[in-house]
Amino acid sequence: MALLDIKDLTLRFGGIVPVNKVSFYIEEGSIESLIGPNGAGKTSLFNCLTGFYKAQEGDILFQGQSVMKLKPHKITELGMARTFQNLRLFKNLTVMENIMSGMHCRTSAGLAGAVFRPPAQKAEEKKIKEVAIECLDFVGILDKKDRIAKNLPYGDQRRVEWARALATQPKLLLLDEPAAGLNYDEKMQLVELIRRIRDELKITVFLIEHDMGLVMKVSERIFVIDYGMKIAEGTVQEVQNNPRVIEAYLGKEEDKVV
Amino acid sequence: MKENQIGLQTADTQTAAKQTNPLVRFVDKLYELFDNRKIRFSVIAVAVAVLLYLPMRTNMYFMEVMTNVWFYVVMCLGLNIIVGFAGLLSLGYAAFFAVGAYTTGILILRYGMSFWLTLPISALMAVIAGLAIGTPTLKLRSDYLAIVTLGFGEMTRLAARNMAITGRATGLVGISRPYFFGLHLYKINHYYYAFLALAIIAIFISYRLMDSRLGRAWKCIREDEDAAEAMGINVVAIRLYAFILGSVFGALAGSFMAIKMTAISPDSFLFTQSVNILLAVVLGGMGKIPGVILGAFVMVIFPEVFRGIGQYRMLIFGLVLLILMIYRPQGLWPERSGGGPIEEKTCKDEVI
Repeated sequence: MALLDIKDLTLRFGGIVPVNKVSFYIEEGSIESLIGPNGAGKTSLFNCLTGFYKAQEGDILFQGQSVMKLKPHKITELGMARTFQNLRLFKNLTVMENIMSGMHCRTSAGLAGAVFRPPAQKAEEKKIKEVAIECLDFVGILDKKDRIAKNLPYGDQRRVEWARALATQPKLLLLDEPAAGLNYDEKMQLVELIRRIRDELKITVFLIEHDMGLVMKVSERIFVIDYGMKIAEGTVQEVQNNPRVIEAYLGKEEDKVV
Repeated sequence: MKENQIGLQTADTQTAAKQTNPLVRFVDKLYELFDNRKIRFSVIAVAVAVLLYLPMRTNMYFMEVMTNVWFYVVMCLGLNIIVGFAGLLSLGYAAFFAVGAYTTGILILRYGMSFWLTLPISALMAVIAGLAIGTPTLKLRSDYLAIVTLGFGEMTRLAARNMAITGRATGLVGISRPYFFGLHLYKINHYYYAFLALAIIAIFISYRLMDSRLGRAWKCIREDEDAAEAMGINVVAIRLYAFILGSVFGALAGSFMAIKMTAISPDSFLFTQSVNILLAVVLGGMGKIPGVILGAFVMVIFPEVFRGIGQYRMLIFGLVLLILMIYRPQGLWPERSGGGPIEEKTCKDEVI
């Protein structure tokens, strides 16, 4: 069964149509990628999926349920977590506090819990810390848990973002350009990590990426969009040899001569 | 890359220069000492002992000032939940103080209700008022909230000035003082202890909130509301929670103020009152509980100490504030002292 099913999704900003009748679906337990030239509408599409933009037409079904009209926090609660293209950490909080925020939607303590600290709340706090530590350990920055997020090196800040998304205990993880700004070693570790997220945590991964090497290495299926429209989909091989994809990235033969 | 490096280095030397200021360094050392558990508890124990003992030794004037300090501490901690924890700018906090004071005043004076019974009603009124202003505005960015709360503050005062039930411009006079388990609360010492107890409760609740699921959610929203939303935090609801909770603190402080003064008038709730409370929070250090308490102390005691020089004291106060804001823009006792220079250095090396 498709975990995420997108049907004729259209997003308009006045006369501009960043996402135009895009349809595709994501299999549960797969690693799939969305690629496209700059400004093709990849991040806009992500923002529609996670509820930050409200698409005007079409439908998004997550586990068979429409999430078109839901707010971002509701969508996260349903099990779709995301990271941001430009790091959006809680900069002045510790790494641990950053990750613990991910457990917010899985817990429920309110004012009374905070002030009186009944056993249920204490157990919940313990659980939050356990999950946070697991997530930090998983991405390999457990030793940095008490540092202030903004003081970490860039590569580690990326890891904090992934760990934070994992802490929401998602079924589908949307990564928006996770490799941006990483060096070669870090990219290799990222490939490894994405596979481990799928294999060990059983989380479906859907990523936007510009680094073709990484995309080709990790994805099982690739979707290509350009000018807001889907121009190709398929396995790495199929996409690589698709003339429309080559055209979108490199231009037409005639253009090259000029 | 080269330019980047140079840019980073100048930024580093700047922070280093700031840290060499001996006074600032000394104060930071003191704060670090306070972070030590043993030292903190002994300081608090001594402080509490002194505070409990004070009323037996000092004069009425001093007690009056100290009572005012505790009152300010409660108000500032309430506003700190809104401004410091959740990062919302409220410019009409005195309105909630007014809501509490008038609710208690009216219920006692016109309906002969017991003071203690008016407290939950006063809190309820603050919740209703908080919901009424918060619901439409908290969906927007924080700037709008500042404008709306500013308007609400003035509206409340003008409404109180013109409505018959609030006693128009004269306000409410002759609010009877309550009994506490048979003890008639009429001396300033009684109110000193009452407000001290209130302040301790406020401090306790603030600390508990700060280290809780709610407190963390507030801090996340303050840092980055979109990222908070993406983490599954219902930004609007959690903000509203902070706004209402802060308002309830203000209203309860107002209720106690009504019985202490026995009279309330619209002039007690001027815009300057809201600004003073906000100033105490910012001056002390937004989000840092000891900082906010310190801010409340400074705001109340400073004008009293310089009473002798009359009109000029506000001038001096302004100057002091100016200097403070230049050397310590994060407040007297900031939430976090920047994470320390060592970490920044290692971070720089690794980035480049």
